[in-house]
Amino acid sequence: MDITTITIFILAVFVGFEIITKVPPTLHTPLMSGSNAISGIAIIGAILATTVQGNIGMWLGFIAVIFAMINVVGGFMVTDRMLKMFKRK
Amino acid sequence: MIDFLYLISAICFIYGLKMLSHPKTARNGNIIASLGMLIAIIATVSLGTNLDLKMIGIAMLIGAIIGGFFATKVEMTQMPQLVAIFNGFGGGASALVASSEFLKYGADSSMFLIISITLSVLVGTLTLTGSFIAFGKLQGLISTKPITFPGQQIFNALLAITMFTAAYFIPTYGINAFYIIVILSGLLGILLVIPIGGADMPVVISLLNSYSGIAAAMTGFVLVNSQPSAGNALIICGSLVGASGMILTQIMCKGMNRSLANVIFGAVGGEVEASSGEGKEVNIKSYSTEEAAMIFDAAEKIIVVPGYGLAVAQAQHAVREVAEFLEDKGKTVLYAIHPVAGRMPGHMNVLLAEANISYEQLKDLDEINPEFEDCDVAIVLGANDVVNPAARSDQNSPIYGMPILNVDKARTVIINKRTMNTGFAGVQNELFGYENSIMVFGDAKDMLIKLLSDLKEL
Repeated sequence: MDITTITIFILAVFVGFEIITKVPPTLHTPLMSGSNAISGIAIIGAILATTVQGNIGMWLGFIAVIFAMINVVGGFMVTDRMLKMFKRK
Repeated sequence: MIDFLYLISAICFIYGLKMLSHPKTARNGNIIASLGMLIAIIATVSLGTNLDLKMIGIAMLIGAIIGGFFATKVEMTQMPQLVAIFNGFGGGASALVASSEFLKYGADSSMFLIISITLSVLVGTLTLTGSFIAFGKLQGLISTKPITFPGQQIFNALLAITMFTAAYFIPTYGINAFYIIVILSGLLGILLVIPIGGADMPVVISLLNSYSGIAAAMTGFVLVNSQPSAGNALIICGSLVGASGMILTQIMCKGMNRSLANVIFGAVGGEVEASSGEGKEVNIKSYSTEEAAMIFDAAEKIIVVPGYGLAVAQAQHAVREVAEFLEDKGKTVLYAIHPVAGRMPGHMNVLLAEANISYEQLKDLDEINPEFEDCDVAIVLGANDVVNPAARSDQNSPIYGMPILNVDKARTVIINKRTMNTGFAGVQNELFGYENSIMVFGDAKDMLIKLLSDLKEL
């Protein structure tokens, strides 16, 4: 762990605050489901976890992949379904 | 190479979220974000070493089927439940990754690793169990009333202290101390959500959304030593989501004029009950839909105020039909959306969008409040506390100071409710007794359908 990691973390938080404050209230539900899908990025950790030696670690990775994938696929799909409905007359 | 691909996917996420700032670009933004995820997954699978691709493929397939099934089947009114449960899976995945990392190093883990694993497991597991409770409440499986017991907060504090003590003893007791952390985190998630009432759900869901991001970021810190590229990617994405959830949480709290601490520890509903007895007598006027139809017929400008009752009655399409009829007669129809109307941020907007109502007609609090002054009819559908003038004037009211929609400024206010029951905050709404207020009782959907047929007969 070095200062680079902390730097990345803090800068990402700032970027997050900057872009999210610009999202209008109308889109707050899709924002939640969409950002939720992004938190499914844990899937890459989950994929790598399946290589952990010993059975339990591997199975934890297996379940983690399932959970994260529910999050990713479900999140992006439902967001798309909602955003499709936002129309002007 | 893999760093470069993760960078591209991070750019996709940031750019995709940025495009969510307008309804016109939002859909493409979501697609870009999902492409970012695809790149990250492909990069991980193709460049990883010693991966059991068959096993990963099966797990991904199972997850994709489950996620896809719920995403296509869910009703728009059930969106809060769905988001709650997805938050839970996200948090759960993060906690599992951190756990498997712990199994790799066990008690030999460095101090830094132990701290990040503990935080990751704590936030992730708490998000998982908390989200399931939130789901249960939203789905009506668990009472939406705040569930409290004496000494609850002290008990929660003790749980947290025990948990951190267990973390401190990981180097000595290894896996057993770790189990304690997992169990207590799960328990804490349940105990933090059960005392929260139905109308505070927007805050809780936003908060759990934020937690699912924080959990991913913490898992990033866990991974950063052994898998620096993946670790950084998790930190970046997790922080984005964490920040997003925090902003929404703040907006929701502001919408209720309450602090986050008050929502989490206040257990409103239980505590307020005592003050509801002193409610003033209100003399109400109850009208039929025929009489209401005549008022609408004479009106030029109409503002619709939807609340959770609209979602419960699934009345969004009926609203649109009535509004279209009135618009065809040359009247103006606008919608006033309070930040905490419904059970999650933006809940009403999604429902009305589903019914094909243009997003340009949906106005937020600041935009719509000046409009009530020259509005002929404001129709309140299943909302209560967000239109209670006591929030402006009565310092003793539990909702005093909460920003409200000034429907009472309209020439006539038509309030549709199922019964005279008090709102969530347990206070009688003095608006109902106002000179310019009219009550039309009944289920929102049935009422609107009857109203429409009465309008057509005029």
